[in-house]
Amino acid sequence: MAHLTMRIALVSALALSVAACSKKKVEELPPAPATTAPAATPEAPPPATTGTTTVPGSRADFLEQAGTDTIHFGTDLYDIDAESQGILTRQAAWLTKYPNTAATIEGHADERGTREYNLALGDRRANAAKNFLVNAGISASRLSVISYGKERPVATGSDEASWAQNRRAVTVVPN
Amino acid sequence: MRLPLALSYLAAMLVLAAPARAQLEVDITGGIAQPMPIAIPGMSTPSVANTPAGDTASLGQRVADIVTNDLKNSGLFNPLPKSALQTVSQSQSNAPDYMFWTQSGAQALVQGFVQLNGDGSLTVACYLFDVLAKTELTRNGFIVQPAQWRQAAHKCSDMVYTRLTGEGPYFNSRVVYVSETGPKTNRTKRLAIMDQDGANHRFITNGQTIVLTPRFAPDRQTLVYMSYTNNRPRIYVYDVGSGSQRLVVDQPNMTFAPRFSPDGRSIVFSMAVGGNTDLYRVSASGGRAERLTTSPGIDTGASYSPDGSKIVFESDRSGTQQLYVMNADGSNQNRISFGGGRYATPVWSPRGDLIAFTRIGGGFAVGIMGIDGSGEKVLTNGWQDEGPSWSPNGRVIMFFRTGQDSGKADLWSVDLTGVNERPVPTPLDGSDPAWGPLLP
Repeated sequence: MAHLTMRIALVSALALSVAACSKKKVEELPPAPATTAPAATPEAPPPATTGTTTVPGSRADFLEQAGTDTIHFGTDLYDIDAESQGILTRQAAWLTKYPNTAATIEGHADERGTREYNLALGDRRANAAKNFLVNAGISASRLSVISYGKERPVATGSDEASWAQNRRAVTVVPN
Repeated sequence: MRLPLALSYLAAMLVLAAPARAQLEVDITGGIAQPMPIAIPGMSTPSVANTPAGDTASLGQRVADIVTNDLKNSGLFNPLPKSALQTVSQSQSNAPDYMFWTQSGAQALVQGFVQLNGDGSLTVACYLFDVLAKTELTRNGFIVQPAQWRQAAHKCSDMVYTRLTGEGPYFNSRVVYVSETGPKTNRTKRLAIMDQDGANHRFITNGQTIVLTPRFAPDRQTLVYMSYTNNRPRIYVYDVGSGSQRLVVDQPNMTFAPRFSPDGRSIVFSMAVGGNTDLYRVSASGGRAERLTTSPGIDTGASYSPDGSKIVFESDRSGTQQLYVMNADGSNQNRISFGGGRYATPVWSPRGDLIAFTRIGGGFAVGIMGIDGSGEKVLTNGWQDEGPSWSPNGRVIMFFRTGQDSGKADLWSVDLTGVNERPVPTPLDGSDPAWGPLLP
């Protein structure tokens, strides 16, 4: 996912401010640059770039306008905090602007839960994000949810910083 | 038949393993005190003959190797090394040279022979002797097609094991699990089946979609598992023989955590609807799912009692993951875990008296408790030991252990008394093991 590049920039800030059971505050994210270098993990997509012009309605455009496709959660929690509300509000604005775009919301959990519980927790998180978007005016029929439990972490450490990155909901729009 | 001295060895160990909960409170530190010394020389053959599984003389040695391996891995036996054994002729196979075996230090002796029958089948004959009393304890003959020769060997192991321990058999069984490989952010997972000793391993799926939590049906021919085929996480029933699979429940919601009932007629599973996960039951042949729980908490991890009348499951309805038991129709749901921890992945023992679980708190550990929650005991101490599954005789628990940082998972097993914790060898990494029923 392209959002990985932003995660890498934030890791150092996150590492210093993690508490065991609280959600970290991350600084306001600048818009993603139109050309991004690929992240170091196998699942990073090829750079979506056409020089400095982003195609309107594309995933790169979504990331640029919404700032990020990802919101994060506290341990075992699935509530949408103030910062996530801001992010989802910007996502909703973009989705409103492109009403023919469907989106899939992925829910994820960190590795410190058992397998089946984490599938259910990821589902709670994806639905929490979906419900917020629906309340912000996006038609529910445009939004599908999928939980990956702890199967697809983005951060590989067994430490608070990695776990915090993995507790997330990702809004995926077509490329 | 008396086996006074040898029985006292095993009785001393097995009193620790009796199902009565009070005895499970005994703290086991370190290894088993006195595994029984047992001699398992290569089996003879009345006439060397070629078979599709090799010639009967080499089969005789390989059968003895399997029996040796099985009994050693149980932790209750100490097979003599090959250097301490002597070759057993066909005429000696049911008439041991007791003088030699008494001097060898063995307390029990396993002999037998392998014979090719006129119709192309094999007979594997298996005899168990009490070396001290100089008597035969039991014998059996197993007729198999050559391709199933390993099963005959495991049946011989089971014959010896059950006669000397009083426990039920478990060696002639298979395990299904998820074979894992690849980076932590993008694991490739494939269903795989193997004999409980790791032999006859084969992959069932190709790794293109995430697969999780496979479980056997009682008929051993069918599996139920969860797959992300078409990016829709759902449970499927898979026919091991034909390789065909079908969706269990056609619903727009994620279905997961499936298990068969002991009679094979039902599948209990979890379904997430609008952010809420509950337990449901459906006929194994398909149809409308019947809802069993309605709490706003996450209800998952359902496992039937061996008589099919009850279900144990995990729920966070109290605020943290705890274990609950209910009737199989969903009525009378009662919490059973009050040990101060968080509890998940419960599995009812085939013996009916114990529940194995994952205890969460500063990592994961595998433990057992009585069906009323009493006598809780933690058996393992890895960083993340998760997802227990019982052997068919309710004596051994298989689970998976994940490494810190690496995220690398491997299969392990442990005796229900907490001793003999050992890795289960697999070609790649492994998780989500499910021990199947005894083979016929």
